[in-house]
Amino acid sequence: MNMELSRRTFLKTSGAGIAGTTLGAFGFSEAEAAVAAAVKPFRLVNTTETRNTCTYCSVACGIILYSKGDLRKGEKANIVHIEGDADHPTNRGTLCPKGAALLDIVKSETRLTRPMLRKAGSDRFEPISWDAALDKIARAMKDDRDANFIPTNEAGVTVNRWLTAGFLAASATTNETAFATYKVVRATGILAFDNQARV
Amino acid sequence: MTNSWTDIKNTDLAIIMGGNAAEAHPCGFKWVTEAKANRGAKLIVVDPRYNRSAAVADYYAPIRQGTDIAFLLGVINQCIINDKVLWDYVKPFTNATFVVKEGFEYHDGLFTGYDEEKRDYDRSTWDYQIGDDGYAVVDETLANPRCVWNLLKEHVAAYTPEVVERICGTPKDKFLKVAEMIGECSAPNKIMTSMYALGWTQHSKGAQNIRCMAMLQLILGNIGMRGGGVNALRGHSNIQGLTDLGLLSNLIPGYLNIPKDSEPDFATYMSTRGFKPLRPNQMSYWQNYRKFFVSFMKSMFGNAATAENEWAYNYLPKLDVPQYDILLAFERMKQGKMNLYFCQGFNPLQAFPNKAKLAEALAKLKLLVIMDPLETETARFWENHGDFNQADPASIQTEVIQLPTTCFAEDEGALVNSGRWLQWHWAGGSPPGEAQHDSWIMAQIFLRLRDLYRKEGGAFPDPIVNLNWAYQDPGEPTPAELAREMNGSALVDVFDPNDPTKRLLEGGKQLSGFGQLRDDGTTASGCWLFTGSFTEAGNMMARRDNSDPGDTGAYLNWAFAWPANRRILYNRASCDLDGKPWDPSRKLIEWNGQKWTGYDVPDIAPTANPREVGPFIMNPEGTGRLFARTMMREGPFPVHYEPFESAVANVIAPKVRGNPAARVFADDWKQFADIGDPAFPYAGTTYRLTEHFHYWTKNNHVNSVLQPEQFVEISEELAKEKGIELGGWVRVWSKRGSLFAKAVVTKRIKPMTIDGKTVHVVGVPIHWGFVGAARKGFPANVLTPFVGDANIQTPEYKAFMVNIEPSTGPVA
Repeated sequence: MNMELSRRTFLKTSGAGIAGTTLGAFGFSEAEAAVAAAVKPFRLVNTTETRNTCTYCSVACGIILYSKGDLRKGEKANIVHIEGDADHPTNRGTLCPKGAALLDIVKSETRLTRPMLRKAGSDRFEPISWDAALDKIARAMKDDRDANFIPTNEAGVTVNRWLTAGFLAASATTNETAFATYKVVRATGILAFDNQARV
Repeated sequence: MTNSWTDIKNTDLAIIMGGNAAEAHPCGFKWVTEAKANRGAKLIVVDPRYNRSAAVADYYAPIRQGTDIAFLLGVINQCIINDKVLWDYVKPFTNATFVVKEGFEYHDGLFTGYDEEKRDYDRSTWDYQIGDDGYAVVDETLANPRCVWNLLKEHVAAYTPEVVERICGTPKDKFLKVAEMIGECSAPNKIMTSMYALGWTQHSKGAQNIRCMAMLQLILGNIGMRGGGVNALRGHSNIQGLTDLGLLSNLIPGYLNIPKDSEPDFATYMSTRGFKPLRPNQMSYWQNYRKFFVSFMKSMFGNAATAENEWAYNYLPKLDVPQYDILLAFERMKQGKMNLYFCQGFNPLQAFPNKAKLAEALAKLKLLVIMDPLETETARFWENHGDFNQADPASIQTEVIQLPTTCFAEDEGALVNSGRWLQWHWAGGSPPGEAQHDSWIMAQIFLRLRDLYRKEGGAFPDPIVNLNWAYQDPGEPTPAELAREMNGSALVDVFDPNDPTKRLLEGGKQLSGFGQLRDDGTTASGCWLFTGSFTEAGNMMARRDNSDPGDTGAYLNWAFAWPANRRILYNRASCDLDGKPWDPSRKLIEWNGQKWTGYDVPDIAPTANPREVGPFIMNPEGTGRLFARTMMREGPFPVHYEPFESAVANVIAPKVRGNPAARVFADDWKQFADIGDPAFPYAGTTYRLTEHFHYWTKNNHVNSVLQPEQFVEISEELAKEKGIELGGWVRVWSKRGSLFAKAVVTKRIKPMTIDGKTVHVVGVPIHWGFVGAARKGFPANVLTPFVGDANIQTPEYKAFMVNIEPSTGPVA
């Protein structure tokens, strides 16, 4: 058993301790033990709390992720519950019908779990390794860019653009991912670059 | 948003028009409820449907989709006629007094300079008269008939309540009631807030819808005020952040521009970006453009960006068209001009108009790369799903690589909310299977591409091999490293030119504000707007102090807001010409005789004299703009234009079809229904449901149980006319495609009378597709037209024409 006490566990344990002492003094110890045995353990006991933001709209409600295991200790972490963050000034703990069901998008049966390739003319995806997929992408970019890069326009002005490739970025990623994406895409000369801001 | 969600509690009147906050932004909408409960605020909803926001409104008025400009210009007309104008705000703080050049005119729906062939304007007359002193000419008496105010007055006079009723279908008495309620907010102590979303943006004149409200709010004196402003509710969790960071065809982070072919060198590029003030003493803050640009280039290309090579100006691609937006990208793809396409957390087959055209285009690619946490229709566009997705895989040669990514709960970093707050979040779970962070994927692709160019050479390798990639683990930059890079740092010690013993900046240290940026290559910053977000004091975006001194709703120590942690934009305008708050009970900042102080970071130089420096510091005028000069493609004043597909011709300009400056591709014209086409008699519109988010939550079991099945909404009158039963199958089709859905027959939609003609509305929620946990369905975009807003190319999803009939349902 993980002996590290979360804030919630600590409060619960100390509260129960006081109640137990008092009840014991009045001679209710057996009854209390029977009740305790019948009560389902609080499911967030021994979970790690992590502050996060709802992934849907831009109201950006504060949420708390509860996981078994702690990423910061290098452990695998399995999220078991998500709820609104009562400290957050905008949502003050509330969530909408989408936010309240966030756990089910994290755990969706249609989450992707490994790289896949659909070959030309095929009617199915088949697995491919990360290395093979990334090598294939880089090779395709290099070959297409070298074949179609436009260094100058008809007037001889340096334009350095690559028009046969395009990139749609994701408006649900972080600023940090977006900036890394920006740097890579712009460095190639791609101009067909967009995100959901236009829809 | 100019303001923030928590600020809405300060309002006296919320108008929700072009959005449906109670349905789509429920936890933000609660601040409207707060204002109603605690300060007796009123809520107006103007919408084609009696929607969930309307259900809790104090006043509801119906409007036909695509006619908001006529309605709002009608309101401005009423404000002018009834003198509902905050003159002490309008005269000094807007360009009402500016005199417009001779030659600028407006007739029959068109401004001076129109070229029908090009569907574009020569905009040279759309500007101010410039005086001998080099400044714009103003007439504070407004006696000059060429004053912006007088031209505006003349322009909106056509939008009488009768004309508004003919165009919008809003009964005259309801329109006048709304105009009266809005007009009351011209008092200095009564403030209105505007809350809008896709209901305004998704039109061929979306940007002008929003401009109308901005103009109205300036006339009422509601910009810069607590409880006021023009507030875009916004969609995806970081749509604001990706816009700020310029992940768009024509942008550089912080609203800088990608160069055009007509700007062959950096000097030419900068020659139109001097932003010389148009009135004396004005800040015209874009005068710092060069500092922002050079610091960005240092962030991108490090030591490879030098004064000698114009800060690597040629490393950036140049644009030969205004932008390669998604509509243009798919048009070119359909023409066989694109080979390779990446979709990072984007499902365009569902999200873009005219699905049949999109599928045809995707089938012409050589390689499609998908990065997503979830299955998407785009990744499987080649898969046959009967009526839901007709495809012949054997004939489609596109290779598709589908890469599994992490989702929000497995990732760390900042998202920018609608109120411009950059809020940091942390990862709480391990990714499923082999899923990876998007930043890892981008780094891995980049390192491989760079290796290929290093080994093989090739087309202009310079920007790739010289891209600044100095991360501790180049294979996966950390969120903190990237955030620090966007904030920016001093690259070397910087000394005061007037006092070389005085060190202004210490090399290697994070900058604390964009005022420190320099144009000589000694500072780097990935996005000047975010400077101040990750300083030597730490990660400001991770701050979690939720105290709110003065109970203003500002929460200055919670996270970080751009720019400079300012919570209400243009907040200098919350005070009069002497720097005293218009409404002392709503004090935000004030002038104490020496400087600006208060609850928010002042949106003005701290010691700027209130009588000299105007509040709209980004504009060379120092004022807000009732007249947009040359900034909008279809005109300096908004004009009502019908949607490209419409039941009626334009009442005020019968010869003009759609927005005259909107770009339309030849094949798409052929797929528009004619005006008043009897084959497509009903006005279609699309919208969202509170139980679903776009096309994601059909992958979510709970949401798929809450709203399992596709439906369309029609009025009782239309149902009776067409013999459609509540809950029965119907087929809905446009000139582009067809879908099957269950019919919801409702009192929430009523037929409207438009210019004497009865027009029925067909409402189409968008959320269905052929993958996920919900029942299979059709994206609403099988119906919608392939045309965008003239300025920014957001497609016209909200107004198009359809037909409907009872049906037996789809064949899977």
